[in-house]
Amino acid sequence: MFGLNGKDTLLLVAVALLVAFAPILMNPFPQGSALEIFNGGYPALMQRFVIFGIFAVGFNILFGLTGYLSFGHAAFLGAGSYAAMWMMKLLTINVIPALIFSVIIAGIISLAIGYVSLRRSGIYFSILTLAFAQMAFQLAQSVLQPITGGETGLQTNLNDPRILPQFLGGGSNVDGNIPKPSLFGLEMSSTYDLVMGPWTFVFNWGYYISGLMLLIALYISIRIFRSPFGMMLRSIKSNQQRLNYTGLNSRPYMLTAFVISGMYAGLAGGLLVAMDPQVGTERMQWTASGEVVLMTILGGVGTLIGPILGASVIKYIEDIFSKFNDTVLNIWFDFLPDGIVQDGFVWAISLFTGKQWHLASGVIFMLVIIFLPGGLVSLTKSIGDRVRRKPARDANDASTTPAE
Amino acid sequence: MDSSKNSLMNAGLAIGGVLLFFVAMSSLFGMQTTVAQIVNGLDKGAAYALIALGLTLIFGTLGVVNFAHGALFMLGAFVTVMLNDMMTWGFVPEGAETQSVGGFSFGGPKETPYIEHWFGETTGQLIAGWSVPLSLIIAVPIMILIGVAMERGLIKYFYKRPHADQILVTFGLAIILQEIVKYNFGAMSIQAPEPDSLRGAMDLGVLLGFDEGAIRYPYWRLIYFGFAALVVTAVFAFLQFTTFGMVIRAGMADRETVGLLGINVDRRFTLMFGLAAAIAGVAGVMYNPIVPPNYHMGMDFLVISFVVVVVGGMGSLPGAVLAGLLLGVLESFASMQVVLETLPGTNQIVIYLAAIIILLTRPRGLMGRKGVMED
Amino acid sequence: MSILEVKGVNKRFGGLQALGDVNLSVQEKTVHAIIGPNGAGKSTLLNCLVGKLIPDTGSVMFDGQSVLGRTPFEINQMGISRVFQTPEIFGDLTVMENMMIPCFAKRDGSFEMNAWGSVGSQKDIVEHAEEVLEDMNMADKRNMMASSMSRGDKRRLEIGMCLAQEPRLLLLDEPTAGMARADTNNTIDLLKEIKDTRDITIAIIEHDMHVVFSLAERITVLAQGTPLVEDVPDNIKGNPKVREAYLGEAQV
Repeated sequence: MFGLNGKDTLLLVAVALLVAFAPILMNPFPQGSALEIFNGGYPALMQRFVIFGIFAVGFNILFGLTGYLSFGHAAFLGAGSYAAMWMMKLLTINVIPALIFSVIIAGIISLAIGYVSLRRSGIYFSILTLAFAQMAFQLAQSVLQPITGGETGLQTNLNDPRILPQFLGGGSNVDGNIPKPSLFGLEMSSTYDLVMGPWTFVFNWGYYISGLMLLIALYISIRIFRSPFGMMLRSIKSNQQRLNYTGLNSRPYMLTAFVISGMYAGLAGGLLVAMDPQVGTERMQWTASGEVVLMTILGGVGTLIGPILGASVIKYIEDIFSKFNDTVLNIWFDFLPDGIVQDGFVWAISLFTGKQWHLASGVIFMLVIIFLPGGLVSLTKSIGDRVRRKPARDANDASTTPAE
Repeated sequence: MDSSKNSLMNAGLAIGGVLLFFVAMSSLFGMQTTVAQIVNGLDKGAAYALIALGLTLIFGTLGVVNFAHGALFMLGAFVTVMLNDMMTWGFVPEGAETQSVGGFSFGGPKETPYIEHWFGETTGQLIAGWSVPLSLIIAVPIMILIGVAMERGLIKYFYKRPHADQILVTFGLAIILQEIVKYNFGAMSIQAPEPDSLRGAMDLGVLLGFDEGAIRYPYWRLIYFGFAALVVTAVFAFLQFTTFGMVIRAGMADRETVGLLGINVDRRFTLMFGLAAAIAGVAGVMYNPIVPPNYHMGMDFLVISFVVVVVGGMGSLPGAVLAGLLLGVLESFASMQVVLETLPGTNQIVIYLAAIIILLTRPRGLMGRKGVMED
Repeated sequence: MSILEVKGVNKRFGGLQALGDVNLSVQEKTVHAIIGPNGAGKSTLLNCLVGKLIPDTGSVMFDGQSVLGRTPFEINQMGISRVFQTPEIFGDLTVMENMMIPCFAKRDGSFEMNAWGSVGSQKDIVEHAEEVLEDMNMADKRNMMASSMSRGDKRRLEIGMCLAQEPRLLLLDEPTAGMARADTNNTIDLLKEIKDTRDITIAIIEHDMHVVFSLAERITVLAQGTPLVEDVPDNIKGNPKVREAYLGEAQV
């Protein structure tokens, strides 16, 4: 289907189903139960699952296929966000021009940065991308303040011009409120609540738009993985010297991969603004670049599904862990004997939760890299193999089998 | 023979470059301002150089890219904070009066810090005031211990793994370290001032024959620069003149051959990691009075230190020192009012800009060797 | 007629004269061996031919065109393929994929944005790659990871990848270095077969005299960066100058 082989079609359909039913699947615990806190099925979080999924899928086209580790992709994410924001301020509140513009701007910037950075490889490439991204971040905070709003950031305002006519989403709203990002009048924030007994499932329009984008992004990524272009990228990772002595110029291949991944980052940045119309410079900080590396590695570098998985897990942990607090934990461990035992448990867990959730992410980061270099995908694979009593195969097996 | 000639040439080039830079800046801003800016940039440059020195030492000996090195700098700074904290520990002496201001009592009876109890009030307060230099004494063993533990417990399993894995696992470690510090000391910056007698500034300009008050330089920053110079000299002397250092240098050049000679390089490299951690740690301790430490200062310095290492050339010790000072001074020039007025924002980006230009024109950095980290 | 003309090439590394006034002419459709003791400058010369190094002076002409100042991939596209001392293949790719990459390079040139269709849909490439795999007797290994093969098979694959490009000049850098006797003999047989069945010029740098005298039609002896003699194998064998150059090394 769609020019994909059976296995890839299955993968795409599976992801599509997961995206479609995530509002139900992510909300397994009834309201009022002790485990309710683990529910992830609310729009703000699910939007981040898919948006950062897009970011990581794009990053994986560069890092997973070519092995070039960029530490500067936050710059493209931020550039996409600012571009989308300005479209929504100047042109129309409709998200389509915003998203298109964010992809274009991120593409142009990544072309410029990639053209220079790709003159070097290895750690030198990583440092060059890091240097460019830090420059972008510092400039956004200082000189580019008229464009970026500096440290206070940007948001949509009532008196933004929005020059397109009203029916195309231009102008300010008749009722005097700041118009919300929409797709031809359908607001991104509009939701439908489905109440079934103690469960409430929230279906959000913006989430489904983002989810559709993720599916398109994944589809393009699969085609790239299976194409001759993808094979060339993998050969760069495997042996760049041989490639050059085989009459192939690795530079334009690398640059194309870099720009594609930059455009994915731009799309993700644009979507973030489309879902929540505000942006600040922290989106361009280098820790954000580190985060997308983590997502890709956690899920499984060079695999198709890994980056989406990694992005979801990280965003889930970030969100859920930061919601924990002592009160919640005390209720939680109420079954334990009072006093030292309960307090001890609460204290131990509180180290990793609430404002301390970064500690949890650091620990997970290390555990994954130490024990699971192939990422979560390799974990599921080895469990699957053990269940089927087959010898464990190479972690990268599925992703690198030739497309035929 | 060839390589020593090469490094001589490099050194000559570097000195020539620095002179050229000096002349160019002097003609642009005048001699006095130029000297002032160079002096201004030296202490920050020295901090960059010290962090980069350890970073490049670890890279050169162990082949590991350590993203947790900035966190070691931060830990060093917090050794002082911890010591300061401990010096306020006290007890309530019997019969102490409740503190009161204008008849309103508050805070219960006054505590007497143990340190004043043990050494007497004057000596105790003096000791507390000298906490920054004093914490050097405890920082060295603590940091060596942390470094050795890190190497034995984690890093040694990553020698054969790709650089990307090393970067990521040490990045994870850095997050953990900084979160632990944040948990214990909070997110705010904490003051740890220099001893009272070292406060104030000296008029460096007069010494150099410029106008009075032209170059006022705080004593502590002068001390920091001198301290950094001392540490760098000590490290170089250690590597140059001791057997241990000789083995390390040989190992940096060709680890396998040294291993074949039956010398246990690994144990020495472990100690090297401890040493690098100690350098970062003392750099952090002494930096306290210049900028109050907070839990994320390590990350802030790490990015720049990596730029410094790469600009200097991966694995080159003199390169790291040179690049550190160079970038520090460059940053100081870019922060000048006149520069900011003509080219706003320069101070924010000049380091990265310099790094990009140097990497593109000198692929291996200022003094890098061939074939390092190019696979 | 000569296909490769090296004239007056000099190359210095710091104080070391690696190549001193090298002249070399490789005739079309012959097997030309370049031999010499360690440090004679064989590898430096080869690197000057493929664009890895640029000589300080002199000229290198391939089929009437200068190769100097061109990058390795440009020189390869002119028709020079290189086999490395340790087999350089794409270890993380399958044997079939390894073979397809040079086929793409032959068909599309140095860069072609081909990111939409799947690899398998490129019928002509698949056919071409399979054909070469058959020639190399490797068709049964097509789905193996290239890194999991034996050294001999890796060498075979690398040579096959070079042949898939149908180069006019095949450069081999000590192709049997570090190989067991059996693998060495297999490689000699393979090269003989290539020489007999294909319209190709082969230049081979070799240390192993057994390999040289089984294959070469002409031999250039390099010593201390300068060509000592150039002649047919029978005359090289008895040449006292050559013996002298190798003295202290393994006996010829």
